[in-house]
Amino acid sequence: MSVEHLVVVGASLAGLRAVEAARKAGFDGRITLVGAEEHLPYDRPPLSKAFLEGDRLDGAPEIPLFRSGETFRHELDVHLMLGEPATVLDPERKVVCVGQREVAYDALVLATGATARDLPGTQGLDGVHTLRTVDDAVAVRAAFEGGARTVVVGAGFIGSEVAATARKRGLDVTVVETLPTPLQAAVGRTMGEICSSLHTRNATGLRCGVSVDSVEGRARVERVVLSDGSVLDADLVVVGIGAAPSTGWLAGSGLVVDDGIHCDATLWTGVEGVYAAGDVARWYNPLFGRAMRLEHWTSAAEQGARAARNALDPATARSYSTVPYFWSDWYGSRIQFVGVADADELVIVDADPDPGSRCVALYRAGDSVAGAMTINAPTEIMKYRGMIAKKASWRDALSFAESRRAVAGVS
Amino acid sequence: MKVVVDYGKCTGLGICESLAPDVFEVNDDGELELKQSSVPEGQLEDVEAAVEGCPTEALRLEPDDSSADTE
Ligand SMILES: Cc1cc2nc3c(=O)[nH]c(=O)nc-3n(C[C@H](O)[C@H](O)[C@H](O)COP(=O)(O)OP(=O)(O)OC[C@H]3O[C@@H](n4cnc5c(N)ncnc54)[C@H](O)[C@@H]3O)c2cc1C
Ligand code: SF4
Repeated sequence: MSVEHLVVVGASLAGLRAVEAARKAGFDGRITLVGAEEHLPYDRPPLSKAFLEGDRLDGAPEIPLFRSGETFRHELDVHLMLGEPATVLDPERKVVCVGQREVAYDALVLATGATARDLPGTQGLDGVHTLRTVDDAVAVRAAFEGGARTVVVGAGFIGSEVAATARKRGLDVTVVETLPTPLQAAVGRTMGEICSSLHTRNATGLRCGVSVDSVEGRARVERVVLSDGSVLDADLVVVGIGAAPSTGWLAGSGLVVDDGIHCDATLWTGVEGVYAAGDVARWYNPLFGRAMRLEHWTSAAEQGARAARNALDPATARSYSTVPYFWSDWYGSRIQFVGVADADELVIVDADPDPGSRCVALYRAGDSVAGAMTINAPTEIMKYRGMIAKKASWRDALSFAESRRAVAGVS
Repeated sequence: MKVVVDYGKCTGLGICESLAPDVFEVNDDGELELKQSSVPEGQLEDVEAAVEGCPTEALRLEPDDSSADTE
């Protein structure tokens, strides 16, 4: 059966790319894009970076929209259903329920992303925010403008970017992290330690190995009490303790959901006509021979496009494989990571005497190079992404690193 | 086809380099350099992937003969 109506649920990066790829592939049937937020699709990485900065001459920054409403309606010819979530998927009848309406589909792409985790016990207290949506970012920005004493809970990438931006504005900031070393799962212990030195070097307070006991205040937050009994006065608490895939609405749909929607290498969910993409998708990445769920911009964009093409023509579906990639900007330093960090060995192949200001590190898995991370070495990182994609041997990666060092030494 | 970069948008993230290293390279200062501006034989698909993969939408492909200097 050929597809007449493509429905995409989740109107953010992956959803947008799904819609655009469908049109680019020549699909001229109907497209409906369903999004829970009122806003047109917008870009999230700037929300913890430029959007929070204060040095703009023209006042408050605009929402980083990807496309205008005009473009959706006319160029892409997409029917937008914004401001209400999809609540039910019935794959037998091939319908999605949005509010009181039923939307019938021939092909469906699920791109509902992830939702920030709340800190338990802080509901209803003003001045406590997660940072996932533009509405969150507007609130954090307003608090920054009021000179808020800021506590960031969670020293992950988003929390660290928020802390760096707050410092740039001259605010008092403390980051609280339960683990002894920040970012251990994402980049391993050694590199986590090097990253966290950026905080201390920039006069951001860093409290590792303690957790938040309670967040107190009458209507607004006034202080944060930590597990070691110490108290941090605060006007703003930004909670950056991770995100969970937005799959609650799929209960009872028959889809396999467990930390993400399970998909095969072509992003197919196993249910006829239904594909998934972006932060919500747990798919089989052939390049690494295992299932993964990423929360990275690049893969969300690419998966959105791939899922739509596959959904429109399952007979010619292609698998999606990738070397994971993400970046993060703190205190004017650019951190970049490619591949996977759960490796057998980590070697810092090039570094300044202070590795926090510049370094290149490689991760070994068995005999091959599995990951690479750089701080302020933008010309190095992508060379390793190529090597990881080609499953280059560990020895080749090390000798390549050696040759790069030699080049740098000469120039 | 030739590649056009909008340097006002590019933030030097280098995704383009990882997809089409014969065309793109980010230098030590984090700025994108084009190793060649015309798309090499057989690499159109890679360069298209780079154009699509760029998070800042800084890349564009134009026909070689385009004489129109629109910017
Ligand atoms: C502050 C911040 C900074 C980031 N910085 C970086 C970075 O520097 N580098 C990097 O690589 N990545 C970064 N990321 C991650 C990147 O933004 C995400 O990987 C990307 O947004 C994922 O896109 P997505 O479309 O899969 O999901 P999302 O962007 O999460 O969008 C999902 C959309 O679906 C909607 N939705 C959810 N449920 C439903 C429903 N039932 N019905 C309808 N709609 C629904 C949601 O409201 C949302 O709008 C950052 C993320 C954040 C929040
Ligand atoms: S991917 Fe885009 S932003 Fe990144 S270096 Fe290439 S052109 Fe610039």
